[in-house]
Amino acid sequence: MMATVVSQERKRLHPHKFLLWVGIGSIIMMFAGLTSAYIVRRSAANWLEFSLPPVFWYSTFVILLSSLTMHLSVKAFKAREMMRYRTLITITAGLGVLFATLQFFGFYYLNTHGVQLLGQGSNPAASFLAVITGLHVLHVLGGVIALLVIFMRAYSMRIKSYNVTTIEIAGTYWHFVDILWVYLFIFFNLV
Amino acid sequence: MSNEAVLHTNVEGAITHDEHHDEHHEHHHHETFITKYVFSQDHKMIAKQFLITGMVWAVLGGLMSVLFRLQLGYPDSHFPFLENILGKWWVQNGQITAQAYYALVTTHGTVLVFFVLTAGLSGTFANFLIPLQVGARDMASPFLNMLSYWFFFSASVVMLSSIFVETGPFSGGWTAYPPLSALKDASPGSGTGMDLWLIAMALFVVSSLLGGLNYIVTILNLRTKGMSMTRLPLTIWSLFFTAVLGVLSFPVLLSGFILLIFDRNFGTSFYLSDIYISGVGALPNEGGNAILFQHLFWFLGHPEVYIILLPAMGMVSEILSVNSRKPIFGYMAMVGSLFAIAILAFLVWAHHMFVTGLNPFLGSIFVLLTLLIAVPSAIKVFNWLTTLWRGNIRFTPAMMFAIGFVSLFISGGLTGIWLGNSALDIHLHDTMFIVAHFHIVMGVASMFGMFAGIYHWYPKMYGRYLNNTLGYIHFWITMVGAYLIFWPMHYEGLAGMPRRYYSYSAWESFKQFGGLNQFISTVAMIVFSVQILFLLNFFYSIWKGRKVTTQNPYGSNTLEWTAPIRPGHGNWPGEIPEVHRWAYDYAKDGREFIPQTTPVDPNEANH
Repeated sequence: MMATVVSQERKRLHPHKFLLWVGIGSIIMMFAGLTSAYIVRRSAANWLEFSLPPVFWYSTFVILLSSLTMHLSVKAFKAREMMRYRTLITITAGLGVLFATLQFFGFYYLNTHGVQLLGQGSNPAASFLAVITGLHVLHVLGGVIALLVIFMRAYSMRIKSYNVTTIEIAGTYWHFVDILWVYLFIFFNLV
Repeated sequence: MSNEAVLHTNVEGAITHDEHHDEHHEHHHHETFITKYVFSQDHKMIAKQFLITGMVWAVLGGLMSVLFRLQLGYPDSHFPFLENILGKWWVQNGQITAQAYYALVTTHGTVLVFFVLTAGLSGTFANFLIPLQVGARDMASPFLNMLSYWFFFSASVVMLSSIFVETGPFSGGWTAYPPLSALKDASPGSGTGMDLWLIAMALFVVSSLLGGLNYIVTILNLRTKGMSMTRLPLTIWSLFFTAVLGVLSFPVLLSGFILLIFDRNFGTSFYLSDIYISGVGALPNEGGNAILFQHLFWFLGHPEVYIILLPAMGMVSEILSVNSRKPIFGYMAMVGSLFAIAILAFLVWAHHMFVTGLNPFLGSIFVLLTLLIAVPSAIKVFNWLTTLWRGNIRFTPAMMFAIGFVSLFISGGLTGIWLGNSALDIHLHDTMFIVAHFHIVMGVASMFGMFAGIYHWYPKMYGRYLNNTLGYIHFWITMVGAYLIFWPMHYEGLAGMPRRYYSYSAWESFKQFGGLNQFISTVAMIVFSVQILFLLNFFYSIWKGRKVTTQNPYGSNTLEWTAPIRPGHGNWPGEIPEVHRWAYDYAKDGREFIPQTTPVDPNEANH
């Protein structure tokens, strides 16, 4: 008991990364709450069945692609290829914005195809989709803002930082919102 | 070491002592009034900010209860002077209006549960004790920690402003069940008042999430050398489980609130269905389910009870052990029972909904899980009593409050076994019996834990002592008063007297309780005034109290007493002390106490 403490000390995760992981846990709980509310409500009467907008397939592809570019940009950063890193991080942020736009196209598609998302006369089935997907988009946009901050830092000439912690944290978060969307997409398709 | 790693990588942090680790801490360089007292990133200052904001809310919330007790105790009397103070919306013809009564009850509940006993209790002591007792210079992210307080502060401002709105604050109960909370026209408070309530609560959720993240990471990641998890004081264990509960359950409340916001503002039908509401008519909504909100609410709501109670349990364990001069009895059982309570906290939420439309079969499972909580609770009570058993007890005010906590926890916990039965709950639900139960076991007991913590750690917080005589007066009147207020409510509840009613004068059967209600209200006023005495003691002692002259006034083992009497930001002027033993080596090998920093002697008996 006494000897193990000291040896483990050095292997500990960076506290800020740990903060992110616990934070991810709480975001998971929020979406778990929402999706279980969805399941509970679905089993009751008056539930509108409709198929997801086809554009969601494209947005899924886009966010998966952005995860790849995010991963490559972290690798580039670690290899200190700063030009490559800057390009990749810009692409990642761009893909994030594209994802958000595509999601809104999806909402638009539903609204024009007779599935009212919000407002009087809307069915909870559609509203759930709008709220859950909308919240997810907000989390993606939060990631975009984080990337923009890092992006600014990458272009700032004053600070030359080779500390990987910040970019790794952003990367982990980015992959998390990606996986979260994949989960939601499968969830909406199956449940 | 990871402790140092944070301090060095924190670019924008206020870790000014970084460069001058080994110097004295009296001369901080870049500290202005603003960075030291207002936007402070020092966990000790943030703790004091949480405490004092919580105290302001405790006074307001307490005052509200005095006002509505005035209505319950003296329904036929007139208090014209109140009308002059509070205005016509609150008091008419010298009587609290019905609308004001519901607003008072709702705000009292919300404020006491969230702002006082969550932010004020775990916000204060998690912030103050975690870095000091695990041996860290500050939290994992001092900046997030500061944000946590300021989110709480903004939540407080918004909540406070809702009291001054023309239509009054939200008045549908602290649980905010739809349709009262979802429909803007359902009651005067359901409009602007509820909007502000929701904004305040959303800010509050953010605050407690930011705080909780920090507490968990600091405990797991920033412990000093030698501080294994099994050497942590029980305060830290309880604050750890509290933070885990908060981080996992507050997001679910937030998702419930998000759906509520959409129902209120964007015409969705998550909670609203085609019901008929008098004054509004039939709703256009279709397919909503009000029970859904109750599930989401109580999935937080029940863990919330333990978020309130666990910090008090942890502090009481520590204070009982220090002041009995004995090791805590059954340390691992204490940790295990905290863990069991934390797990069960997530599995019992539906016992709040036995009579609101729950499948009786499902109910019976929740009965079983609810009654299971009696096991870890009984383990804790047993261990507290055995810690006291044949101890060399020092009856300091903190110790008195800690023992008082145990008493209240037993009395209030026993009625929990009644209420956990869904069959009994049919009779007892929404009666004064419930009010008695949760006020004793959760409200007053946690307040006692908080008082115990304040009396015990005040010397560490301010470098001065509180006045003991005032402390004893405060304890005895509060202790006796709490029982006098809440014990009789059990009888009222068993007789079927419902809670939350504005007036009982229409029922012949409740007339017999008129005198009892008067008695309760009178005691409530006396107990409230004694709390003012405590506040005087608190603020007077900050500047004029007896000074602490020794580093370790209680002969305590934990790390906070190895720091200077008035520690600066960074807590220890030199190296962080190394830990060699658990926190409870009292009365061992003929020594009264052995601090955690003392290396283990090879001839020492094993514990």
